[in-house]
Parts: sequence; C-alpha cells; structure tokens
Amino acid sequence: MEERTAAMRGDPVVGLTVDANAIGGLLLEVFGRDVTAMEERCAHCGTRSVVGALRVYMRGPGVVVRCPTCTEVVLRIVETPSGRRVDLSGATHLALPR
Amino acid sequence: MGERFVTRGFVGRRDAGRDAANLSPDERRRRTPPGQYLTDDFPVLSAGPTPRTPLDRWSFRIEGLVDRPVEWTWEQLLALPSRDWVVDISCVTKWTHLDMRWHGVSVDTLLENVTLDERAAFVVAYCDGGYTTNLPLADVLNSQAFVAWEHDGRPLAPEHGGPARLVVPGRYFWKSAKWIRGLRILDHDEPGFWESLGYHNRGDQWLEERYSGD
Amino acid sequence: MTDAAAAPARRTLDWQLATVAAVRAETPTVRTFTLSLPAWAGHRPGQHVDLRLTAEDGYSVERSYSIASEPERAREVDITVERIEGGEVSPFLHEVVIPGDRLEVRGPIGGYFVWEASLGGPLLLVAGGSGVVPLMAMVRHRARAGSRVPARLLFSSRGPDEIIYRDELDRLAAAGDGLEVLHTLTRRQPDGWTGYGRRIDEAMLAEVLEPLGASARAYACGPTALVETVANCLVRLGLPPDRIRTERFGPTGT
Repeated sequence: MEERTAAMRGDPVVGLTVDANAIGGLLLEVFGRDVTAMEERCAHCGTRSVVGALRVYMRGPGVVVRCPTCTEVVLRIVETPSGRRVDLSGATHLALPR
Repeated sequence: MGERFVTRGFVGRRDAGRDAANLSPDERRRRTPPGQYLTDDFPVLSAGPTPRTPLDRWSFRIEGLVDRPVEWTWEQLLALPSRDWVVDISCVTKWTHLDMRWHGVSVDTLLENVTLDERAAFVVAYCDGGYTTNLPLADVLNSQAFVAWEHDGRPLAPEHGGPARLVVPGRYFWKSAKWIRGLRILDHDEPGFWESLGYHNRGDQWLEERYSGD
Repeated sequence: MTDAAAAPARRTLDWQLATVAAVRAETPTVRTFTLSLPAWAGHRPGQHVDLRLTAEDGYSVERSYSIASEPERAREVDITVERIEGGEVSPFLHEVVIPGDRLEVRGPIGGYFVWEASLGGPLLLVAGGSGVVPLMAMVRHRARAGSRVPARLLFSSRGPDEIIYRDELDRLAAAGDGLEVLHTLTRRQPDGWTGYGRRIDEAMLAEVLEPLGASARAYACGPTALVETVANCLVRLGLPPDRIRTERFGPTGT
C-alpha cells in the first residue's frame, strides 16, 4: 500500500479513479457473474488483488483497470456499436469461487 | 434488444459551449462534427496515473525508418521554431471544444531533422505511462499535427498531458497523445492502445471514424 | 418491459423498473429516493445498484448508487444522492424526479465492499460526506439484526447542517448496543462543539481505532483522496491490509 501512495501522491487524476466496485455492473455483463470479490494475479508484478480493489480509469474511450501495486494495466474494456472488446492480458489466474 | 424505456423528463447535458456563444448557429453547426456536442469544458480523460518525468531527464525522440534517430532535450525542444495554434478539438466521447489555444512545434519542423526512408508510411506516438497511438504519416504532415507544451497561454498541466503532448486536430482526441516522448516511423500500421481494442486506425471525426470498421 | 409481478424471478443482470415511492431531503443538497421493486431479490449491506436514464432520442447514461437501506426492508431500496453542481444525473434526480416516476435499476452489485453481522467485528466505519451511504446500510442492518458487535463510525462532514442521517445516527448511537458515532466537521463547527474539527488524519484514526483493537474490520468510503489517506493510515496503525475495504467515489462523491 505504501508503494501505491508513493506513485499516486499529488496526482490530480487519482481523484478521478474509482475502485472496480464502481464498474461491478459492467463486469457482471462481461463475466456473467459478480466478480468484485474474485481474486486476480497481475501479469506484470505478480501481486494478487481482489478485483473490487483494482483501480479503474473510466473517463475516456474505454475502461482501464490497473493493478493497485504496480499501476500496470490488468484489464481493458471498450464498448463499440458492434459489441464489446475485453483485453484480459494483464491478468493471470482469475480465481472464481463457487 | 427490445424497446428502451424512456425516463420521464431526462434530456442529458448536451449544451452548446459558452466559447461558441459569439458564433452564429450556422457556424456552430458547420464546425461541429457529426455526432458531437459543443462544450467549453476541458474534461480530464485518462487511462492511467499521471506520469511525472523530471524535465532534466525528459527527451523527445524520432526513430524508426529514418536515416538516424534524433533526440531533443526539453530546452532544445522549446528552442525550436514554434507558434500558436487555435484549433477545434473533438473527443470520441462526443464533446467538441472550439478554438482551443495551444503553443508548440509543428511535426513538420521536427521531421526536418531526419531523412525519412522511402518505406516510411505510418507513425506510432509513444508516451510516458505506456500509452501509444498510431497514425498514417500523411496525417501528421503539412501542419496537421504539432507537439504542444502550452495550452491557453499556460504551461500544459500534467493531467492534460504536460509537459508535452501531440495534438492532431483533424482526428479524435485520443490520437493527441498525452505525455508524448517520441514518434516511431514505420512501414506498416501498428494499432495503439485504443486502436488495438476496436477504435479506428485513422480516427477522422468528419467521417465519424470512431471504431474499426466505420 | 414486462410487468414485474407477471415475470419469473429476475437475475441480477437484468434491468428492472423501479417506482419512486418516496423522496426525502436529508440535507439541503442530499436526497433519499425510496425505490419500490416488487421483484427485488434482496441485497447485502454495502452493495450498490446501477441506475440508467434514457432520453427520448436514445441518449442514455448510467450511474452507480450505494444502497442506503438495510436488507431487512423487503421489496424496496433507498438510494441517497448528493446533488453535484454541474452534474448530469444528480441535478435531474433532485429537480425532476417525483414519487410515482419510474427508473431503470440493475442490481444488487458488489461482493467486495460488503459487511453482514455474520462476519463479526469489531467494526470500524469511516465515511467522508456521501460516502456514508453504504456504511449506513451496514449500520441499519446491524441494528435490525440485533448485533452487539462493537462498532464505531467516524464521519467527516463539512458542517453541522451537512451531516447526512444526523438524527437517525444520534438515535442509533443512543441505543447502547455497542455502536458509537464520532463526527468530525472540517469547515464549520457550531458553538460548544466537542467533536473533532479537522480533516481525518492518523492521530484521529489512532484514537478512534484504539478501543476496537487491531483485529477490527475497516470499511472506508468517500472521495478518493480521503479514502486513500484513511487506508494508508490504518495500515500504518497496524491493521492488516486485507481487513481494510475501500470504496472510492471519485473527486466529489456520487
């Protein structure tokens, strides 16, 4: 958590991010179930995080979900008229409890 | 999808910007690309945390299909022949802001310092924080693109892409890459951050090229 | 959309039509909307709903609002919405919506920022402004469930007139069932104020946390900057990071 503070101290954009709970509805549509309590492993730094605690940047062409530890991209979602595109390449090991 | 429920009394915020108030309705219409609405805001739209490279470690580079790569320090960039630019900006999230004022150097001026390989056809703008966007080379020549370090007479704020960003007024604003650190010249198109997820490789707002396949 | 009574039990993926049963002013800028949802399957304290508003030309926006009410209230949910100047949705809700109106709602959503009495405690709740809403669902549920889990709510507001749910919180705290409410007023304090009078900081959190101990579960909700501060302070005070749950509202709340 200290790493996260150091990276984001004084960042005017941090105030515009939310936790991934805020896109719970969107994730519900993508995964077909509520995943905010699900655990994922960041492909960049290996940190395990609960999806609900990931940092979401959503004021732009799409939704970008980042690792709270290393800030690299875990997940991206874009809505286009012909459908939705999801890039999950930033996450390894999604643990979906029964 | 079935018929959508309409919420009584809901219109949404789609007003004309105050900056456009002294324009005639005809001119406002003429300058508003299809599907856009006018605003005088400058929304902060970001895909990630604001990068912070100290200026004494900052550089701008042109590399790829050029005779040799060239790099400028911050001081060297600011010393280049630069000018004011007043342009209309359109974001794919549907806002258009008329007459935005910038100061910076034309990409033409930057490219004068390299010799382009005859195969050069595309560019990728790459940035602190990892963001990239791609454009046809032809779209950044002939005063169609510039690297800006001032907006509205003040140094470009970090949340808006400072110290320097690319501005390509003829394309949706996601192509105007924030925190730019260089241009890579290529012979093939390489979809960038948003393009690789369904956004258009060219992004001309007058042709409403929002998504690939448009 | 089919009539709720005739449809089979809905999955949470579907949008439902809620009827606004009541509107109540909590403060001059905050209102609670009671939404009647006959087919509602219930929720867990801390979860939220998505609201979707659609104009006649098809333009639509969605917003998420925490559920303020306890799950023990069946077939209706309260959302509490702060009016944000210049916002696209909250001014509409405050100025246009009246009882009898229908709104599209989806949910409940969220498995992360949730507390139920069965999870136990002790419980530390930290709220900034409208961040109190999901914590209020937890507090109300705790009372209805008859829980005696030691619980402290540290609630930051700008001034006395801006304390959301003030009377109800006074009443719940006076019940003597182990809930304490501590206020901090950051801009305006009334004469004779004995509560905190500054932004939440580590010293304040240390005092508030002390009787609960290092095994407390913490939930912090509000503007991003406040939540960041609280989470970092609690870690420094010895709370394990996995016992701290946060919900950031962005710069100004919902």
